[in-house]
Amino acid sequence: MDLVNIGIKAIFTENILLAYFLGMCSFLALSKKVTTSFGLGLAVIFVLSITAPVNWLLHEYVLGRGALVWIAPRFKDIDLSFLTFITFIAVIAAMVQVVEMFIEKVSTRLYNALGIYLPLITVNCSILGVSLFMVERQYTLAEATVFGMSSGIGWFLAIVSMAAIRHKIRYSNVPRGMRGLGITMLLTGLMAIGFLIFSGIDLGK
Amino acid sequence: MDLNKKVFTDPLSENNPITIQVLGICSALAVTSQLKPSLVMGIAVIAVVALSNVIVSFLREYIPGRIRIIVEMTVVASLVILVDQVLKAYAYQMSKQLSVFVGLIITNCIVLGRLEAFAMSHKPLPSFIDGIGNGIGYALVLFIVGFFRELLGAGKLLGYKVIPEFMYRAGYANNGLMVLAPGAFIILALLIWIQRTMSGHIEEE
Repeated sequence: MDLVNIGIKAIFTENILLAYFLGMCSFLALSKKVTTSFGLGLAVIFVLSITAPVNWLLHEYVLGRGALVWIAPRFKDIDLSFLTFITFIAVIAAMVQVVEMFIEKVSTRLYNALGIYLPLITVNCSILGVSLFMVERQYTLAEATVFGMSSGIGWFLAIVSMAAIRHKIRYSNVPRGMRGLGITMLLTGLMAIGFLIFSGIDLGK
Repeated sequence: MDLNKKVFTDPLSENNPITIQVLGICSALAVTSQLKPSLVMGIAVIAVVALSNVIVSFLREYIPGRIRIIVEMTVVASLVILVDQVLKAYAYQMSKQLSVFVGLIITNCIVLGRLEAFAMSHKPLPSFIDGIGNGIGYALVLFIVGFFRELLGAGKLLGYKVIPEFMYRAGYANNGLMVLAPGAFIILALLIWIQRTMSGHIEEE
């Protein structure tokens, strides 16, 4: 039940994009076409579901305070947590590289459409953000995996619906200064209000 | 010298990192529900952008093209670790309040964006000035958004009450939406609208 709760929370009530503002850069730049955003969303889900558990293991067995006890008991006072940021980002960069090679192999069209933004998943704040949140909230391995994956799904949901809205908005007469970024921000705000409705959901604790 | 001045003033308004370049929105909004964390965050970003610009600019001739993103990430991550440790040592409460968002400066697109667009092709001094300029342009937006969110959302500034009591008795109420995520999106959207109308920057869809 707890896992379901974490999942629902990460997808709807505490959507990584609409409540924590993570992953805005690629969200704004790549939500012009539904197909592109669909592919990017899937890539993000994939990277998130892998990096969250991997980083969890790293934090539990290498970086945290006293995490190195499994090598020898005398390491119990070692605290490597100041290396957290740099290790996490290295894992993420490596994972993104793998996904990039995979997509290039499987679908050249998607690869070309994603272009520069594929390597930029590395600097997609939502990926690092999920890893850091997971450490801060002290999730277990299963919880971290579910959290990573559902955050990805939440992000996917947000970017695909935004792409669909932006597709329609081309037919509207938007004020000149508001075109592009401005109207997208405003729409994201309205979408965030919509997602607030879900905050009543609680699957029992 | 004229060139340096232009490099410094451009990002303040005409080429503002948030409203025009659309970079670094990720963490820009999350910390701005109050003014004080926005200020601290602004300073942290100025420091990281300026220093990483200088370091990468010194290294630019020795970095192989293919792995440059990873090299840049390492430089940025080390600097952010420094900032994080300094905050933890001298402003522990603030560091708790900013929680994961200090770490997320690493993936703040503005840092990597400036490294790629400027520091990789310019000498250290102009790179430093570019970093400071962009950092300030970024901090400025954080400041404005934080100012309005705290003022309208809580009726306070830096924790002090500024909206007088008789206003509340006359029926004025704090707008709770401003403290939540949608408020940030909407304020930023309006800011972008005003700024773009003033500077005449038009984006065609």
